[in-house]
Amino acid sequence: MATASDAHHDHHDHKPGFVARWLFSTNHKDIGTLYIIFAVFAALIGVGLSVLMRMELQSPGMQIFADGQVWNAFVTAHGLIMVFFVVMPALIGGFGNWFVPIMIGAPDMAFPRMNNISFWLLVPSFLMLGASLFVGEGPGTGWTLYPPLSDTTYHPSMAMDLALFALHLAGASSIMGAANFITTILNMRAPGMTLHKMPLFVWSMLVTAFMLLLAVPVLAGAITMLITDRNFGTAFFRPEGGGDPVLFQHLFWFFGHPEVYIMILPGFGIISHVISTFSRKPVFGYLGMAYAMVAIGFVGFIVWAHHMYQSGIDADTRAYFMAATLVIAVPTGIKIFSWIATMWGGSIELKTPMLFAIGFIFLFTVGGVTGVVLASAPITQVMHNTYYVVAHFHYVLSLGALFAIYAGFYYWIGKMSGRQYPEFWGKLHFWVTFVGVNLAFFPMHFTGNQGMPRRYPDYPEALAGWHFVSSVGSYISAASLLLFLYVVWLTLRSGEKAAANPWGEGATTLEWQVSSPPPFHTFDELPRIR
Amino acid sequence: MRLSDGKRFWAAIGALAMVFAATMSAPALAQGMVGAPTPWGMGLQESGGPIKDKIHDLNNLIFVIIAAITVFVLALLVWCVWRYRAEANPTPSTTSHNTLLEVVWTVVPVIILIVIAIPSFRLLYFQDRTPNADLTISVQGRQWYWNYTYPDHGNFNFDSHPLAEDQLPPDQRHLFRLAVDNELVIPVGANVRVLTTGRDVIHSFFVPSLGVQKYTIPGRTLETWMRADREGVFFGQCNQICGTNHWLMPIAVRAVSREDFDRWVTEARQRFARADEPAIAAPVAIETPQIAEARR
Repeated sequence: MATASDAHHDHHDHKPGFVARWLFSTNHKDIGTLYIIFAVFAALIGVGLSVLMRMELQSPGMQIFADGQVWNAFVTAHGLIMVFFVVMPALIGGFGNWFVPIMIGAPDMAFPRMNNISFWLLVPSFLMLGASLFVGEGPGTGWTLYPPLSDTTYHPSMAMDLALFALHLAGASSIMGAANFITTILNMRAPGMTLHKMPLFVWSMLVTAFMLLLAVPVLAGAITMLITDRNFGTAFFRPEGGGDPVLFQHLFWFFGHPEVYIMILPGFGIISHVISTFSRKPVFGYLGMAYAMVAIGFVGFIVWAHHMYQSGIDADTRAYFMAATLVIAVPTGIKIFSWIATMWGGSIELKTPMLFAIGFIFLFTVGGVTGVVLASAPITQVMHNTYYVVAHFHYVLSLGALFAIYAGFYYWIGKMSGRQYPEFWGKLHFWVTFVGVNLAFFPMHFTGNQGMPRRYPDYPEALAGWHFVSSVGSYISAASLLLFLYVVWLTLRSGEKAAANPWGEGATTLEWQVSSPPPFHTFDELPRIR
Repeated sequence: MRLSDGKRFWAAIGALAMVFAATMSAPALAQGMVGAPTPWGMGLQESGGPIKDKIHDLNNLIFVIIAAITVFVLALLVWCVWRYRAEANPTPSTTSHNTLLEVVWTVVPVIILIVIAIPSFRLLYFQDRTPNADLTISVQGRQWYWNYTYPDHGNFNFDSHPLAEDQLPPDQRHLFRLAVDNELVIPVGANVRVLTTGRDVIHSFFVPSLGVQKYTIPGRTLETWMRADREGVFFGQCNQICGTNHWLMPIAVRAVSREDFDRWVTEARQRFARADEPAIAAPVAIETPQIAEARR
């Protein structure tokens, strides 16, 4: 330790050797980089699974999957990988780690070693989930893991246990990360950085971290009960032993609904920065934006049973959950309109991050309004679990969270790597992605309206047309991911050197005041915020 | 009978889809409406009863609202990008507050949501259960077929399995993955109380054209109801992941006239065992629904 701090005094930007720097890393920027690399790697696998699924669905009949069980295991793995190993690591672990400390003027995260274990727990977790696909019958329950299907009678092998323990590890990683963010944000802001001066990305991470801290332990409890039902003879969810399968649904969705906001809130933060930067205007209605996120975070916890309208909960209970769910549209609307108002009167430059941000606003609106349809309990009698739901959540996540990740990537890659992305290729990447994902997911509204249930490897002939279109869209989306990797390669190999602030006067947050890339230890002295 | 909402809004494309439907799908079963997806269909499946009619009304209302909101947001974005592009507006304004505007975009959505919520609440309670059921049917989801019981008609009970493709007549092959051997028969115009129970894992009894869906959960009995106002056959599928053959446990509800129904009941009471009697045939070992076995 002494040597490290000596070195620090000797030479401002001394970096430790490879093993110490990347395996034992305690530096928030390096850990952030590890998270981003991990997310890209997991995305390749998660997208790969989805392409195989779209190949199966391209035409009616069973083509490439041996049977429904293999299919179901793929569905589970695709869902869990995208949620726990792509979106969360990229947004929270990646951009969160990189920029929360810099934006609040903190030297690092509050618990650097815990930060390290948060990341490294993800690796065995991911390996266990991957392994579960190769063990026994695989975890064929969907990411919702509903018992009795996930119990030993119907999933006798270790595959389900592997998946559940993978979730435990990923959950522990998230909880530690959340504690770290909360401590950092509440205690380590530079002098003058009051809560109401905090950049919106930091606000979004603060709300997200609180949601993680409250939601993930409930998942941990639920899957622990599932594990003891499976292995130690308990009957929490076994009707024959006095247990209740619907209890699991309540516990799962008490976690699962906040989880979807956990995935999108950091994206809200990123979009605010990008819109403001490229409109060269401060964010419109800053306080409204911050407290809209707090409201979304709060209401997100009291709407969970709208995932269970068909589970036989009482009509009055359904009525409550419907009302509460509709309420979420209000703060979400405030955010959408505030972003547009930020652009209004601005001086807009359509650089790649801005394209992704504007794309985000529109596509998130589409996903948001279909959410209003699905909030209406009576309509879900024909929509629940159909492809309409699949379209809805891919619009908010695959088009929402993903576009936010890309916006953040192009916005910050110059800062993170010291090299700026090539503008032409970035824009091309945007358009290919935009066309691909819309072609893939928009027709799912139609198949859903027509009654196509989700998690089906095969379907009646009448639905073949739109399924074919979706599959073509999925191939284009997959190609756009490869294009993205090409852009990354171009950037790192031959990107122009990035200035400390390549975006001009619109970029006002602290990360643009330090060099690109920032020194190993960002701030020698705490910055003072006026 | 009303058209599905998608066709209303996509009239031209919808007409095209109907031409497709007419040319591509074989003539429907003997008579009456067929509640099933149509090629290139975009809207909800055609309605066969009052619950679905009301779902169409509500869905049409919400669709108009959400389409308007989406177009409005898109128009604002396009306008901003064009009008406030850097060349056209080199000096950005510094406005970052407008209390009136902020109040408006909070209050107006609230009003819109109330407009959506009121009919939603009404329909929610209408769908919940029927106060005066004409008959009761018990539905049990099993891996991977359905089991139906008619407690009001002698408690006879039968299984409903999917038909294999080669069991279907050539002109009905397009109904593979929907057609079943023993259909759930109901009288047209009758309020049918549906009780769902589970035996192995959770399934979902889902018939889109009648607007009915309910999980079948082991250890619970849930209640819902349905009514067909037109004769015909209404197809559905299991809608909650339930194992390897989740995709191949279709539902077919056939609505027939009261006389045909009575005739069918008489016949069915001969053919099928009573739910509360031991089966006459040699006792069959209860299938162990192990996936390992099912996969063979």
